[in-house]
Amino acid sequence: MILHRDDDPTKRPVLVESGDFHEVTQIISAPTETKFNLTWGILLLLSGSLLCLMLGLFGYLFWEGTGVWGVNVPVAWGWAIVNFVWWIGIGHAGTLISAILFLFRQRWRTAINRFSEAMTIFAVMCAGVFPAFHVGRVWVVYYIFPLPNQMSAWPNTRSPLFWDVFAVSTYFTVSVLFWYMGLIPDLATLRDRSVSKIRQMAYGIFALGWRGSARHWQNYERAYLILAAISTPLVLSVHSIVSFDFAVSKVPGWHTTIFPPYFVAGAVFSGFALVSTLLIIAREVFGLKQVVRLHHLDNMNKFMLLTGSLVGYAYAMELFIAWYSGSIYERFAFYHRALGDYWWAYASMVTCNVVIPQLFWFKKIRHSIPITFIITIFINIGMWFERFVIVITLHADFLPSSWGYYKPTWVDIWTYVGTFGLFGTFFLLFLKFLPQLAIAEVKGVMPEANPHHAHTAHH
Amino acid sequence: MVFPKWTNRVPAILVASLGVLACFVVFAFWYWGSPKHYVVGYQPVQPVAYSHKLHAGQLGLDCRYCHFNVERGRHAGVPPTDVCMNCHTLVKTSSPEIQKIREAHEQGVPIKWVRVHKLPDFAYFDHSAHVNKGVSCVVCHGRVDQMDEVRVVAPLSMGWCLECHRNPAPNIRDKKLITNLAWKPEGDPAELGKQFMDKYNVHPRTDCSTCHR
Ligand code: HEC
Ligand code: HEC
Ligand code: HEC
Ligand code: HEC
Ligand code: HEC
Repeated sequence: MILHRDDDPTKRPVLVESGDFHEVTQIISAPTETKFNLTWGILLLLSGSLLCLMLGLFGYLFWEGTGVWGVNVPVAWGWAIVNFVWWIGIGHAGTLISAILFLFRQRWRTAINRFSEAMTIFAVMCAGVFPAFHVGRVWVVYYIFPLPNQMSAWPNTRSPLFWDVFAVSTYFTVSVLFWYMGLIPDLATLRDRSVSKIRQMAYGIFALGWRGSARHWQNYERAYLILAAISTPLVLSVHSIVSFDFAVSKVPGWHTTIFPPYFVAGAVFSGFALVSTLLIIAREVFGLKQVVRLHHLDNMNKFMLLTGSLVGYAYAMELFIAWYSGSIYERFAFYHRALGDYWWAYASMVTCNVVIPQLFWFKKIRHSIPITFIITIFINIGMWFERFVIVITLHADFLPSSWGYYKPTWVDIWTYVGTFGLFGTFFLLFLKFLPQLAIAEVKGVMPEANPHHAHTAHH
Repeated sequence: MVFPKWTNRVPAILVASLGVLACFVVFAFWYWGSPKHYVVGYQPVQPVAYSHKLHAGQLGLDCRYCHFNVERGRHAGVPPTDVCMNCHTLVKTSSPEIQKIREAHEQGVPIKWVRVHKLPDFAYFDHSAHVNKGVSCVVCHGRVDQMDEVRVVAPLSMGWCLECHRNPAPNIRDKKLITNLAWKPEGDPAELGKQFMDKYNVHPRTDCSTCHR
């Protein structure tokens, strides 16, 4: 039974073996209450500069036009869309962990849910900037919304690009709500612990007057469940719709029915990889080893093994179908993808996404933190290459005279690097000013919270 | 207590003021952001005090006397000084305004008229396609024959173009009457328009490549 599993001290995200609730609060609130952490400051300076770099480059693009990127016909999508899909994929683990695992009562998620939800939100922000600027004239980007206008024209509702806008913005909204909902009780905790008036006010405003009464908790639990139920289909829908951007077009190599499940698996794969990467770092830096246990990393590694194998299956199936279809264009697309001008990208993709994660079959490797860390980095890179391989299919389009070798410009490259600054800045601010773990939920999975626990149940 | 009691009212006030703000923003865009506001009424000052009211209205010159390209090309065109000099070698030669024209004519330089109607470069428009299918100048330019200085009367927006392309009937007339701005149809303009639509085989298109080529 699940309750018994919670009692297993290696598996529950327990902080202190004494089972002192107060100490849990203490440890999780500490990073927000300590004065200044030099490592944090340096990291913030670094990512802040990258963020400025990104803003500067977008300013440059705004001034000069999209020509400063390497995109051109036929490769009109280039790095911008590669990065968009990559970041959106990264953002997938958040809802999966917070919603689906919640509905399945996988309580080990408490160790990582706050963290991965935050990651989701920031990743979706990073993703969003690319298509916004890729439209070319970002000042009329509102055309993608169905607003009445002088053109008497509405967005094309048959275009997956339009669906995408709604899929992503819905996902973002629900993720933010979900994250914020979960934060409310903890914000109230921080408010109540505050000594300065400013802190009290700041946390107080966002705690929305939470007092922790039974009534509050009852509403909270219900709302949380509803939000979890709403976001569950989103986990599947967002990346399915992102995949439609490709699959609904008639480009050989894109026009395949396998895309939605294949993209979702890939998204979860990369999302888990990045959660792991960051969690391993945060665990070291902020001393969360007691909460985020080996067992949790192991669970995530298993998820990566599963989704990585699914992705590998999809690669194989794509090749098989290309051959089986008998369509020469389809065959050429895949032949050219694997062995053509960009063979190196295809090879990197297969190595990083399919071959390397297979190491997770070995328990020793799943339990080695340095190796897990390295493998997650490989997966992050591999999943970037997957999107690159797909987008680059465009370089050999229907008209051989327009074939060429797409190369990014320096602006492409540094804009991508800059989005790490966007991500990092927000993430560091989150780590400093908000509780990194769900205080209330962690307490809930401690054995002492169980009514049948020895200390409280004396019969 | 962190917050004083009055703060309980803040959320309600916030919601209400956001509502008002939202309404204002919508109104601002709908009213000031519309070409009906910022395009219609544009009336630049021209370098020569030339009056359509006088020449096209009182003197009764046909538009095509000066805008002679209107039936043949995309652009109606603005007449060269030669056209003015047909009369103004004799008429009102002492007027300082006419002096300007003569000087320009003698030096062989055009007068720098200020452009009044202007579509963006990405929109394709063709006068001949309209004029030869029975669309009068008045539908798009208004009563130019009553204006001293030309003034924009239509929003020239895409929605405005499409409105007619979807339902041209009320705006179609006999080709002979296209420059007769004062003419008003007797009876239902749409009924009359239909006859000429059949006669001239009028089928305006609404696909994007009609105007964005
Ligand atoms: C005697 C010559 C003459 C005649 C006749 C004439 N125009 Fe013009 N038109 C001009 C000149 C010169 C200009 C440029 C100066 C200006 O814009 O006022 C002009 C400008 C215009 C413009 C504005 C062009 C712009 O810059 O957008 C319109 C519209 C126009 N005329 C319509 C008409 C119509 C309709 C008629 C017939 C009722 C007509 N014109 C008759 C000479 C003439
Ligand atoms: C068909 C002959 C004719 C043509 C062609 C013609 N005009 Fe005139 N214009 C007249 C007449 C007639 C008057 C009125 C004279 C009067 O007020 O007694 C006049 C008056 C003017 C005046 C007013 C002068 C003043 O001081 O009162 C201006 C300016 C003028 N015309 C400019 C032009 C320009 C510019 C063109 C060429 C685009 C042009 N005209 C073409 C016949 C013509
Ligand atoms: C269907 C609407 C429509 C009709 C009918 C129409 N015009 Fe225009 N006219 C326009 C538009 C739109 C422009 C601006 C074109 C541009 O910017 O390319 C214009 C521009 C002009 C100009 C400025 C110079 C040029 O050629 O671009 C003149 C002069 C002009 N029109 C005269 C006329 C005359 C004279 C008639 C009637 C014989 C006429 N127009 C009929 C819509 C119309
Ligand atoms: C008052 C009615 C009306 C308005 C306003 C109008 N059009 Fe048209 N348009 C027509 C008609 C009628 C035709 C002719 C259709 C045909 O040839 O069967 C036409 C034809 C055209 C064509 C086709 C030319 C070709 O080569 O086939 C273009 C381009 C065009 N219009 C552009 C415009 C633009 C741009 C505007 C707005 C600035 C506009 N029209 C406003 C009635 C209108
Ligand atoms: C009848 C002519 C006509 C047709 C058909 C037409 N347009 Fe336009 N469109 C215009 C004109 C004229 C403008 C410029 C309006 C302005 O800015 O004043 C315009 C502007 C636009 C703009 C705004 C660009 C900007 O930056 O302001 C977009 C986008 C656009 N059209 C898209 C379309 C699409 C998509 C279609 C097909 C569904 C289409 N148009 C069909 C005439 C047309």
